[in-house]
Amino acid sequence: MAREKTTETEVVKGSKEAKRQRKKTKKEYKTRTVHSNLLYYRTKAEDNPNRHYADNKIKTTKYTLLSFLPKNLFEQFHRFANVYFVFIALLNFVPVCNAFQPELALAPVVFILSVTAIKDLWEDYRRHRSDKEINHMDCLVYSRPERQYLERFWKEVRVGDFIRLRCNEILPADVLLLSSSDPDRLVHIETATLDGETNLKQRQVVRSFLDLDCEFDPSKYRSVIECEKPNNDLARFRGYITHSSGRRDGLYKDNLLLRGCTIRNTEECVGIVIYAGHETKAMLNNNGPRYKRSKLERQMNVDVGWCVIILLVMCLFSAIGHGLWMYQYGEKRPVFDVLSPEGTHMSPVLSAIYLFLTMIIVFQVLIPISLFVSIEIVKICQVYFIHQDLELYDEETDSHLQCRALNITEDLGQMQYIFSDKTGTLTENKMVFRRCTVAGVEYSHDANARRLAMYQDVVDSEEEDCPSHGGTLPRRDSVTSHQSAAKVVLRSQSTKSHRRTGSRAEAKRASILSKHTAFSSPMEKDITPDPQLLDKVNDGGSQMDFKRFHSQSLSQMPSELTDIIDFFIALTICNTVVVSSPNQPRHKVRMRFELKSPVKTIEDFIKRFTPSRLTSSSNNSSSSSLNRSSNRGCSHLLTSPSAESTLTKLDEERHPRGPGGLEQASSPVPAPPTLGTCYDGKPGSQEEVELRYEAESPDEAALVYAARAYKCSLVGRLPDQVTVEFPHLGRLSFELLHTLGFDSNRKRMSVVVRHPLTDQITVYTKGADSVIMDLITPPPTDSKGKRHRRILYKTQNYLNRYAADGLRTLCIAKKVMSKEEYAVWLRRHLEAETAIQGREDLLFESALRLETNLHLLGATGIEDRLQDGVPETIASLRKAGLQIWVLTGDKQETAINIAYACKLLDPEEEIITLNADSQDATAVLLEESLHYIQVKFLCSSSDPSRAFQNDYASVYSFSPPASSSSSQPFLVHRLGLVIDGRTLAYALDSSLEEKFLAVARSCRSVLCCRSTPLQKSMVVKLVRNKLKVMTLAIGDGANDVSMIQVADVGVGISGQEGMQAVMASDFAMPRFRNLQKLLLVHGHWCYSRLANMILYFFYKNAMFVALIFWYQFHCGFSGSAMIDQWYLIFFNLMFSAFPQLITGTLDKDVSSETLQELPQLYMNGQNSEEYKPYMFWVNMIDAFYQSLVCFFIPYFAYVDSDVDLFTWGTPITTLALLTILTHLGIETKTWTWLNWLSISFSVCLFFTVALCYNASCPSCFSPSSPYWTMQTLLGEPLFYLLCVLTPVAALMPRYFYRACQGSLFPSPVQVGRQLDQLPSDIRRNILSLSRVQAGSPLDLRPPFLSSLSFAGPFPKGCSHGVATSQNQYSFTKRPPDRLDPSLSGGVAGGLTEKKRCLDEEDQYTLASTETDTLPYTKEGPRAGTGGGSGAGTRGVTGAGSGVRLGAGDGETWTGPDDPPAPLTQDCQDVTLLDSSDLSLSSWITSTPLLGTPWLTTPLLTMPQSESIQLTLPPAGRDQSAAYRRNCDDPTPHRPPEHRPILPTEGADHAHNQATPTCPKEHSSLQTTLL
Amino acid sequence: MMASSYNAKEEDGNPSSATVHGGAGTVKNKKPDNTAFKQQRLPAWQPILTAGTVLPAFFVIGLIFIPIGIGLFVTSNNIKEFEACLYSVYSKYSFSSLSTLQIDYTGVDLSSPCFNCSQNYIWNSTTPCTCSVPFSLDQPFESNVFMYYGLSNFYQNHRRYVKSRDDSQLNGDLSSLKNPSKECEPYRTSENKPIAPCGAIANSLFNDTLDLYYIDPNGSRTAIPLVKKGIAWWTDKHVKFRNPAGNNLTVVFQGTSKPVNWRKPVYELDPSDSDNNGFINEDFIVWMRTAALPTFRKLYRIIQKKPNNMSPTLPRGQYILDVTYNYPVRSFEGRKRMILSTISWMGGKNPFLGIAYITVGSVCFFLGIVLLIIHHKYGNRNNNADIPN
Repeated sequence: MAREKTTETEVVKGSKEAKRQRKKTKKEYKTRTVHSNLLYYRTKAEDNPNRHYADNKIKTTKYTLLSFLPKNLFEQFHRFANVYFVFIALLNFVPVCNAFQPELALAPVVFILSVTAIKDLWEDYRRHRSDKEINHMDCLVYSRPERQYLERFWKEVRVGDFIRLRCNEILPADVLLLSSSDPDRLVHIETATLDGETNLKQRQVVRSFLDLDCEFDPSKYRSVIECEKPNNDLARFRGYITHSSGRRDGLYKDNLLLRGCTIRNTEECVGIVIYAGHETKAMLNNNGPRYKRSKLERQMNVDVGWCVIILLVMCLFSAIGHGLWMYQYGEKRPVFDVLSPEGTHMSPVLSAIYLFLTMIIVFQVLIPISLFVSIEIVKICQVYFIHQDLELYDEETDSHLQCRALNITEDLGQMQYIFSDKTGTLTENKMVFRRCTVAGVEYSHDANARRLAMYQDVVDSEEEDCPSHGGTLPRRDSVTSHQSAAKVVLRSQSTKSHRRTGSRAEAKRASILSKHTAFSSPMEKDITPDPQLLDKVNDGGSQMDFKRFHSQSLSQMPSELTDIIDFFIALTICNTVVVSSPNQPRHKVRMRFELKSPVKTIEDFIKRFTPSRLTSSSNNSSSSSLNRSSNRGCSHLLTSPSAESTLTKLDEERHPRGPGGLEQASSPVPAPPTLGTCYDGKPGSQEEVELRYEAESPDEAALVYAARAYKCSLVGRLPDQVTVEFPHLGRLSFELLHTLGFDSNRKRMSVVVRHPLTDQITVYTKGADSVIMDLITPPPTDSKGKRHRRILYKTQNYLNRYAADGLRTLCIAKKVMSKEEYAVWLRRHLEAETAIQGREDLLFESALRLETNLHLLGATGIEDRLQDGVPETIASLRKAGLQIWVLTGDKQETAINIAYACKLLDPEEEIITLNADSQDATAVLLEESLHYIQVKFLCSSSDPSRAFQNDYASVYSFSPPASSSSSQPFLVHRLGLVIDGRTLAYALDSSLEEKFLAVARSCRSVLCCRSTPLQKSMVVKLVRNKLKVMTLAIGDGANDVSMIQVADVGVGISGQEGMQAVMASDFAMPRFRNLQKLLLVHGHWCYSRLANMILYFFYKNAMFVALIFWYQFHCGFSGSAMIDQWYLIFFNLMFSAFPQLITGTLDKDVSSETLQELPQLYMNGQNSEEYKPYMFWVNMIDAFYQSLVCFFIPYFAYVDSDVDLFTWGTPITTLALLTILTHLGIETKTWTWLNWLSISFSVCLFFTVALCYNASCPSCFSPSSPYWTMQTLLGEPLFYLLCVLTPVAALMPRYFYRACQGSLFPSPVQVGRQLDQLPSDIRRNILSLSRVQAGSPLDLRPPFLSSLSFAGPFPKGCSHGVATSQNQYSFTKRPPDRLDPSLSGGVAGGLTEKKRCLDEEDQYTLASTETDTLPYTKEGPRAGTGGGSGAGTRGVTGAGSGVRLGAGDGETWTGPDDPPAPLTQDCQDVTLLDSSDLSLSSWITSTPLLGTPWLTTPLLTMPQSESIQLTLPPAGRDQSAAYRRNCDDPTPHRPPEHRPILPTEGADHAHNQATPTCPKEHSSLQTTLL
Repeated sequence: MMASSYNAKEEDGNPSSATVHGGAGTVKNKKPDNTAFKQQRLPAWQPILTAGTVLPAFFVIGLIFIPIGIGLFVTSNNIKEFEACLYSVYSKYSFSSLSTLQIDYTGVDLSSPCFNCSQNYIWNSTTPCTCSVPFSLDQPFESNVFMYYGLSNFYQNHRRYVKSRDDSQLNGDLSSLKNPSKECEPYRTSENKPIAPCGAIANSLFNDTLDLYYIDPNGSRTAIPLVKKGIAWWTDKHVKFRNPAGNNLTVVFQGTSKPVNWRKPVYELDPSDSDNNGFINEDFIVWMRTAALPTFRKLYRIIQKKPNNMSPTLPRGQYILDVTYNYPVRSFEGRKRMILSTISWMGGKNPFLGIAYITVGSVCFFLGIVLLIIHHKYGNRNNNADIPN
């Protein structure tokens, strides 16, 4: 009783407080306050402060029964066409100008509206059903009266309710986590439905309830939660909870469980509902499909506008005609000119005006009312077929292509630019550890490379399926342990069975396996360790073990070994990987040794780090195992938890474990049952229970797997500690003090741990090399510092090399902090953590404070493998005339190399690299590039005929739209453009964007590195708006979303990086290679189908309407129609509707195979060749001709006869229908039974309807009263004679034209169709023949066709010699004053300068450009060939310099172990690399993936980005000005003193002579230069 | 579509359950069916339009059309038809089978016998004006002869004119009889009585009377029997047009008014034959079927071939057409004609269709030849392409 009473008083108090709160809520409208509903269950509903919040019932339906009609109509009238048709229908109700029976005139509009309405209704009903299903799902809600959790429907859940959730249940609402059965007070959730990420995420019980040890009792809950208003930011939740004691605690997103997520790994949890129903974050994130208007539709709308104009002209003509007709009778009213209903006489002018309106009604068919509906239907069908395509189905992920935007399918056939992300789009985003360097020593992991090569081989030679792949696996000899040997064998078997693209069953199995664990294909997991490094790890481990055993200081160990150990520690723990076991993949492995939460308070810190404690805990921390729950009390409810719990912890730690813990932990057998106990109760040995790692990003997992290969395996992760197993050392538990997660601004993450062996507070940082390298402590100048410098320098070397190899590089660093430092930092960090305002920013700053003065441990290179078929897809898309730009956030070197690997850049093409760090420099560079391109390719345009014989591929262009600012066609040269993010930012400035585009559009491929998501979208927007081209953006990650949204068509890869890109996209597909079929086949089909259908529609309607127009000349322009109004109205809707739908859906001009084999056919769509503006007029003229025939043949056949109006009109209708259908037949390229069926159905339908209509009612259908007309006609031979004659006469010209076109000037598509008809083997021969003709991929025609010219997309541009040149152009400027000190190794430039100095290999590119005043720089010997003459600089155009480039590689890359002599000489000399070093580059060929391209890949573009940026110093104004002055010089000259002198001049010169294909032009150019 | 995440959730049900059961085979696979339809591989005929493939079609069309055209032309020319054009009183008319002279009895010329009558512009003048037009036939009509009256420049297809009728009234509906449709305005009521038949079409009923007399060589006139039944469509006469129920038409039509231009009410159109009176009067029905073009003819009478009589329907000789001239057409420059014609299986005389067939056929043939040349000159490569077949 007493208790009841208190409760009630509390209720009152609570409600008072609630009122106060409510007032407060009203005042500051930005928060929401949530109370427990249980407090108010007795009071009236209106007292409940939560009553204002939305309940959990969701209603995604748009309409209710009542609102459906008005709302739906309102929405439909947003479409202009509907308004127009309704207007016309209503016009019919005006007596003076009505043309049809008003009711009948409404029919088509009503029909169209109701079809749409029914579709909407059906969709809405489906939503309603799914809503209902969701609303009626069950969940457990705490009920006050019953004092237990009861099953309730989801829709009954209200804000403030307590919900109990069990494992694998789906969250019904956004719930604040208050209790969990998990001993760590954690809940794991899977957020796949929200963001598509399949890895588990941890959520934590609200801090105040952390140490609530007994079961949570909702009835005792008194706290008030204040939090944000509902918003759609999934990654943000802030608020605080105020307890009845007045204590406040912050709430973060880690406390919130979001609706739609699934509880995993947790038996039970309890939470309070914060947001329900539509206010949940999941629901707020739901947006409907996007509406985009396709290019074709835009074009169509223009022609609809023309139709309107034609309509108005026709109406006006008729009106004037009528006026004149009336006028000629003057005052004498003829008997047939009926007076107005009032019996008054209308003046000619007035009746002309009325007639104008009438004619609009009569001719309304010209604006095809059914066009819009038909297009939608056809598009839906097209989407259906795209969905159903087997080739777009990915068996591995069991997903097929999704079309999320239903109305832009035809845009796929018109793309001109593709903007692609790199990671995850071109590559698999499956990170494979490839190599690493530790303490300046590189471990090349050759065996691992071979293993990966084998995967590649397996993929390549899939069909041969040789069974002995396992045998080729490298074995590690150095590993003596039997276990590990067994592991290798095991691994080889597993690789055999899990080949990625093996047989179907295997693939399926693999996919099922990989479903359980994210990012863990065997390829990623099974890493073959480098024997040398493995030895060192073992060595280090045993030494450490020894030292520890003998209590020696670890600092006396060789620093290399400690670095190695630290390196692996960092790999293992510096991440957020969750460990799970394979048997129960969603259950994490628990290895709890002791309870410690991350340091959350200062007291905590003091308690933990007081010296006394440190001594004792050094023994305990590693391996004390406790079962906390055994002695947990229920007493901690809402007491200050942290302090007490820490105390408890201390107690617990001290009592059960003595100093013996250490011995146990460090015993060589590392897995005593107590320790090794897995959560699932299987104590089996580690070898059997293979651990699975679930990481948020695949590279984290790759690193952890890599560390595991070195036996440093992560065995458990808890919020407060990480357990790692080391060789010899056994299991070590790192007390995890803080995790500073990765963010893209910092580009690094860190963990703060207490090292169990040294007991030092250690920070391990992992991040992008550019960032980490700047944070490394500058080494002192003493001997030790020298070693460090060496390490730094070497590491940087290796990093560059990794990057050049296309690997993703990460630097690993550590830092040891003193307690004092830590305390200082911690204090501010805690402040930041507890701050409510600006917490993120404070935490960011806090992280910046921590991550300083790092000690470099090493670097890793992770390979992101190319997806299958990417090079082929890119090659074929490029052949299709698409320009492909890659926009990536990766560093330049990595990006370039991936670009080479996927054939985006061709070794044979020249590359323009733009790196600048100021606006001016960028401007200059762009100017130079442009000038260069113009000069270089101008020579070719002087001789078009010759160029025309050159291959098309080197110079194709897109015809710029007429609206484009520059009208001359832009040639696309064999050039690649590489631009980095910073330069891009300048180039995107409005003052430079024109220039940038001018350069970029002349390049065949463009690569933007280090670009931010915003830049990506800006680039797309720029190209789209300025060039007026169709753009497609493809990407897979959240960083691509903006780009995807900006582009005309956004494609998302439903890969591993979540669903955000997919959600934003119009099309989502499993793999990049699907793009080929999607664009080349479906895009082409959709485009040509729809284009033809639209043209046909215009033709059809014009043809039909013109019949009536001609009749006006014979009926005094009175607006009379010989075609019965029923036929007139239903002609479009019924009689002629179906065949065109079938054709629009199913017609294939060229087969899928041919389209893919001849990507050139795609240009058909790019150039809008199926639907050019003139075609509309051609169709109109044809329509008018045909209607003339269809009108005048019956006219003359019946002239001066006793035929009546409708008996004459009905044959005309029939003829028109037959003509229109036959016309469609001529335009139909593929006749399936469906086409036959639909055409015969249409004819039958017409006759059936006509016969029924004419027989139904003798007096109903005024005014035509067509009783028995059709029947009579069918009895007349004349009717049949007309039916034969008229369509033939009407269609003869078109048929003849088509035949001539097919013979005389067939379009590429027609050639493709002819190829289609050939038997497959012959076709294959021809195609392979055309492909063999290298360099002329467009010459697809077999020899016998070759004299037929390809109709036009190829301009008379030319290029020659370019194809064979392999030159690199680096447009880089560096003022000499900046460069020289850096080269001399001086300290003036600071650390970065020094670093630059260290990576000596980068100078070679830039060097020559140092004082280069030419608008572009020809790097290399050719420049020197000519000595002082301009001829030499120009003569290089066509020359290949691959040899030299290779040499460059060689020299640069051979030097890792003995760094080249300090570069004190002039930089230019560095560029003059000896070509004899060519052989040294051959090692590159051993890298399997990049093997072939590497032979010729110019690595010279691979300098460190810093060093090649044009760094115009702020003080160097005059410099840059002078520089520009030079640029402006019409005949640029180069001061001789800057010209490099080439040792291999002669040889290269000879080479030069051999290759040029355009010597004449060269010489002419030379003269101009001279 | 708003529930996209919910769709995802529904799908999520499967994988999670699959995880629980661990069953690989139970997972429903989203793989599309490999059917010809879904993969767009339906067997199809893919005609390629080139000179080579198309030219047979042109030849075939040409070869079929030209004979048809010739046949039609011949048939049409066997039809005897001439328009009795009486505009010149002094001429003796003798028409060859092909002559189609545009002359009429409108009486535009002063010399025309009907000139006087044509000066009367009043519709319902009570004094009938008659005129007689003599003509001669050079050739006899052997079979049934159809007698038409033809009007020119009469826009019976004018939009408002066409609408101005009430079909249910004409179908005998009593309520419509008393209350005609609004479409009939302004010929709906007269003197506050509903007009029967209402509307402009009925109001402008052709009311000339044409009689034909054969002048015997001895000078006596023999009236040619003109059959006035069977000139309308059977369905019109029996289904579409009906008199209102009632035995006595006069009674039935009581309370209605005759159309303003009419001289006599509808129930007196043919008092001699109750089957041809009222709305089902065939002249009326024929008139109500509005002509398609401003120059039209309407069947007026049929001169039936006498059974078991070998003598021609209309023998050679002199004839007189007696016209009761009531219908004023001069106000709108109209013309009136009388036409005598026989008809064949393809209707009245019209050589156009035959000529059209011949022309189209010839053009097709010619284009076929052009294509043949193209095919020979340019299609060789394609031929070569086909040869490997």
